[in-house]
Amino acid sequence: MAYSDKVIDHYSNPKNVGTLDKASKSVGTGLVGAPECGDVMRLQIEVDQATGVITDAKFKTFGCGSAIASSSLATEWLKGKTIDEAVKIDNMDLVEELNLPPVKIHCSVLAEDAIKAAINDFRSKNGLEELVFEQSHV
Amino acid sequence: MDPRVLEAMLPYFVENFGNAASRNHSFGWQAEEAVDYAREQIAQLIGADPKEIIITSGATEGDNLGIKGVFEMYASKGNHIITCTTEHKAVLDTCKHLEKLGAEVTYLEVQPDGLIDLKQLEAAMRPTTILVAIMYANNEIGVIQPVKEISAIAKKHGALFFTDAVQAVGKIPVDVNADGIDLMAFTAHKMYGPKGVGALYVRRKNPRVKVTAQLDGGGHERGMRSGTLNVPGIVGFGKACELARLEMASDTERISKLRDKLENALKQIDESYVNGNPAHRLPHVSNISFKYVEGEGLMMGFNKDIALSSGSACTSASLEPSYVLKALGLGDDLAHSSLRFGLGRYTTEEQIDFTIKAVTDTVLKLRDMSPLWEMFKDGVDIDAIQWAHH
Ligand SMILES: Cc1ncc(COP(=O)(O)O)c(C=O)c1O
Ligand code: FES
Repeated sequence: MAYSDKVIDHYSNPKNVGTLDKASKSVGTGLVGAPECGDVMRLQIEVDQATGVITDAKFKTFGCGSAIASSSLATEWLKGKTIDEAVKIDNMDLVEELNLPPVKIHCSVLAEDAIKAAINDFRSKNGLEELVFEQSHV
Repeated sequence: MDPRVLEAMLPYFVENFGNAASRNHSFGWQAEEAVDYAREQIAQLIGADPKEIIITSGATEGDNLGIKGVFEMYASKGNHIITCTTEHKAVLDTCKHLEKLGAEVTYLEVQPDGLIDLKQLEAAMRPTTILVAIMYANNEIGVIQPVKEISAIAKKHGALFFTDAVQAVGKIPVDVNADGIDLMAFTAHKMYGPKGVGALYVRRKNPRVKVTAQLDGGGHERGMRSGTLNVPGIVGFGKACELARLEMASDTERISKLRDKLENALKQIDESYVNGNPAHRLPHVSNISFKYVEGEGLMMGFNKDIALSSGSACTSASLEPSYVLKALGLGDDLAHSSLRFGLGRYTTEEQIDFTIKAVTDTVLKLRDMSPLWEMFKDGVDIDAIQWAHH
């Protein structure tokens, strides 16, 4: 498997690895994937309640280099965006930016799913109804 | 490939090679003599007669010819074949194919250490059993099956014994007579020889075994495998066999020390587990699970100075983790977290030291990034989580 320089860079120097307080009302946590499938991604956002802006994002990922790079890049993109902007992040944007080959597209799907799961976790904690997403393309 | 093998092969790529006065006598030979000589070298490595060596294009063909050939040849005696779940796909898929043609196949499960249970084999034998096909040593975990005992059970019940010995021949002593082997597939490229050439050993005495040809044509290889021979490939295979015979003992001593050094160091990492029976194992293979780290991500962490492969689905197009590791009873998650280390004639102590450090550092780094490791450390029961499978 040949990795793009960007994947290698995120893998070697991942951005925003870590853990936010999952009990906090301003934190949304998305945990997706499954150990049996060889990939588990946890993505967390911290949201400024007044403005809806994502002030911090962290991830931890069990998976291949492309999965690590997808989640690392996703956290970079999330910071500074509003929740409404974050919802629009599409896995194909990650694929393009990281130059992922077709067999690695599902790693980016996982990252998109993790973003959406984190947003919904935040919404439900704050009394908002969860958004319903159509199935992203694998 | 060993450079000495290439050197032996080179003259045979041109039509009118060499001359009789060449200092190295084999250079002056004609193609036919060169093949005869190689056949002797091949036979000698496994204690066989040269007439018992059928040249093939590799072990995939040898597995197919050995198993399908017996099934067809001995159809009047029965249709039952016994094999096991950790065989190479070339054996498993051949058996599946034969099931469609009326074969009954028993796939023995292996024990958690990777070895088959001889009592189960005994119990599986039927009057219609014509063939027991159990590999000599496993390619992923390196465990060596009790071949002598298996062949004795097959013999007692009047069945033939076939073994895929790709991983064993050239690495450990294999003797078709002492081991009681009736048919055996092996291949050159796993013993520093060229790709695309191998052999099927077919016993000629006690008993005399026959296989139905799977490639029909000009009747080469005593009618069992037609086709013009790949002379340079066969010469290289012969040379590789000779080198293996002469250097096996010293290679094994050196390589197994390096393997043990690697394994003992990597076992020091928390939550790492060596797969396969440690006492009955090839000297050059080690398969280790590093829990909570995914294998492909792990492999990406270092230059592959030594041969490495991952049991993880992420490396394969099928997205299924290693069926061999699963057959040992490892969960999917552990199978995804495994690496196979393959050492060889050219592995140095420096490479091993480098690998130990690189693997250790990368495992620790990836665990800091692993949500599963964090859960494990926090005492969360990972199995109890409702994962969304996709
Ligand atoms: C155990 C085993 N059997 C069969 C084969 C197939 O051999 P070949 O590549 O020569 O067809 C291999 C792999 O290389 C193997 O490891
Ligand atoms: S996580 Fe499985 S291929 Fe990327």
